[in-house]
Amino acid sequence: MDFLTLLQILDSTVRLATPLLLACLAGLFSERAGIFDIGLEGKMLAAAFLSGAVAYTSGSVWLGLLAGIAASLALSAVHGLASITFRGNQLISGVAINFLAAGLTVVVAQSWFAQGGRTPQLTGGARFNPIELPFAEALRDVPVFGPIYAELISGHTFIVYLAALTVPLTWWILYRTRFGLRMRAVGENPAAVDTAGVSVVGLRYAAVGICGILCGIAGAYLATALQAGFVKDMSAGRGYIALAALIFAKWRPWYALYACLLFGFLQALALRPDLIERVLTFKVNGQLLDVLPYILTVIILAGFVGKAIPPRAGGEPYVKER
Amino acid sequence: MDVMPKWAEVILVPLISLILAAILSAIVILAIGESPWDALKLMIEGALGSTYGWGYTLYYATNFIFTGLAVAIAFHARMFNIGGEGQAVLGGLGVALVCMYIPWPHWSLALVGASLGAALFGAAWAAVPAYLQAKRGSHIVITTIMFNFIAAALLNYLLIGALKMPGSMEPATGKFPEPTHLPSFQDMFSFGETALFRGAPANVSFFVAVAACIAVWALIWRTRLGYEIRAYGHSESAAKYAGISPTKIIMIAMMISGALAGMMAINNVMGEAERLVLNAVEGAGFIGIAVALMGRSHPFGVFLAAILFGFLYQGGAELALWTSIPRELIIVIQALVILFTGALDQMVRGPLEKMFLAARQRKQATGKLEAAE
Repeated sequence: MDFLTLLQILDSTVRLATPLLLACLAGLFSERAGIFDIGLEGKMLAAAFLSGAVAYTSGSVWLGLLAGIAASLALSAVHGLASITFRGNQLISGVAINFLAAGLTVVVAQSWFAQGGRTPQLTGGARFNPIELPFAEALRDVPVFGPIYAELISGHTFIVYLAALTVPLTWWILYRTRFGLRMRAVGENPAAVDTAGVSVVGLRYAAVGICGILCGIAGAYLATALQAGFVKDMSAGRGYIALAALIFAKWRPWYALYACLLFGFLQALALRPDLIERVLTFKVNGQLLDVLPYILTVIILAGFVGKAIPPRAGGEPYVKER
Repeated sequence: MDVMPKWAEVILVPLISLILAAILSAIVILAIGESPWDALKLMIEGALGSTYGWGYTLYYATNFIFTGLAVAIAFHARMFNIGGEGQAVLGGLGVALVCMYIPWPHWSLALVGASLGAALFGAAWAAVPAYLQAKRGSHIVITTIMFNFIAAALLNYLLIGALKMPGSMEPATGKFPEPTHLPSFQDMFSFGETALFRGAPANVSFFVAVAACIAVWALIWRTRLGYEIRAYGHSESAAKYAGISPTKIIMIAMMISGALAGMMAINNVMGEAERLVLNAVEGAGFIGIAVALMGRSHPFGVFLAAILFGFLYQGGAELALWTSIPRELIIVIQALVILFTGALDQMVRGPLEKMFLAARQRKQATGKLEAAE
């Protein structure tokens, strides 16, 4: 395999890892605050649809992005209401949200656009277009560094760079701010946070809200950057892979980046079966590459390669003592 | 003392949740420019207005009884088996292997064999997450989700490889041999000239599903094992103190759950398709969650809820056929049922409990007054 092909694979790795990363960090905020969220998939899907629909009708991708975030936040509000205010089962709420999104997006898309549950193709300003970083063309001829800069680092859409920035930002919020400290505490021992006079409910709603915003961006990326428009079930299990990446990363932001890049790399490889065969000289089953993230997660969960311990108060509704 | 009388707990709470889900669904139908009333009439007409409609309704209901019981029995041990989908996929594989490679003399023997095959494969697929939960503490919800994806990929791999019918392009097995074909309701209930259930897929496995309801009821409330499962579900520490092994209960409850989910395959794979195709389960494993929540994890409740969802599925297909409302509306209704009966239970229950409490206090107060006079 030559250098340029490798760069191409890594380039599509970055593009495919972006939605995983955003959804994974979304889950990280929610779960670190003690709210399990298996509804990442549904929130992404709803955001993908509404961002695609609004971007198409308004012609502006930015309005689309905002609409996507709004759709995702609305579902987050349902999740918050069910799991924080009414102390319901967070897992069941997540399942309900996934189905709600899977059904509503198609029903509404059919009613608005009558194209079999999809939005029309997005073109021009209704999509996020690649951003050429400065000097990309000028530096292309510099050996090794030039192609890496021009092919791999430059030429992605706005959201890819945003996602990359979200990682250090998440780390900073989580470990260097008062809010982050309290948020982590509320996921481990909400009673202690309550005793200190900080609102458990408020913190958890804030975390669920951040989760909604990030899932919204991830969904908008699917419909307006990765592809040109919404199609039925376009999230295609990415929410669950993000969940797997979150466990793989043991709920830590930098490791979430590595896990998502790994899973993105597997997805990129699955798209190029010809290449794998050429390099390895034997055929690797495509299905195997597709399920590898899930198998790896089960192995990690089983604790055979370092144990993944979730936040201690995760999944437990907080009942204030009376 | 319970705040609410039992009838309110069993009937009123699910009913109110259902009404809330129905109101929101009606709003969705209104919003896309159709009439909810006409839609309801069309659904009732299409699903319950003929023996043909009933044949489809009961066919879907059979699937949902199995998956609903599967989720319900796990709920009794306070576990959330979200992997019914994958277990049903593996059950289909078990049925296909039994039907294709064993020469059966008669369908009744084949049904017994296929049920065992389906249950065994489903139970085995549930056993791995159960073991990881019991021994390594891996969260059962996450592992069963992962196993759903792995099951789908495994089936895909087998159906384009080892199990594919030679010479065919379609990822499916060949037709099962004649002696394994189950009698459909049309074969069973048509006399002379009058053909009932014509062309509908409901078949003898509906009665197996009913028998499974009774068996699960007997297991949960009439045996020592069922008592242990319920005890573990109510309090793990109390169960441990009483000498009940958590590992044993997790393993057994999950394997029964997986076996029931797998047995769904005798209906859809053996009874209807008579061959194994990709995506034969069609989400029935997930509908089991809604059915179990709606039926309050009681086999009779599961039976009623399964019929309701069978009606919704057949009615939804009719809607998609005659109106511009797509089939996915049923997924929305299903989501709303899960939301209201499962996650927002407290929202429905809270005001009701307050009402009953207030009524009781009023009664006590007037009783005291009368006594004083």
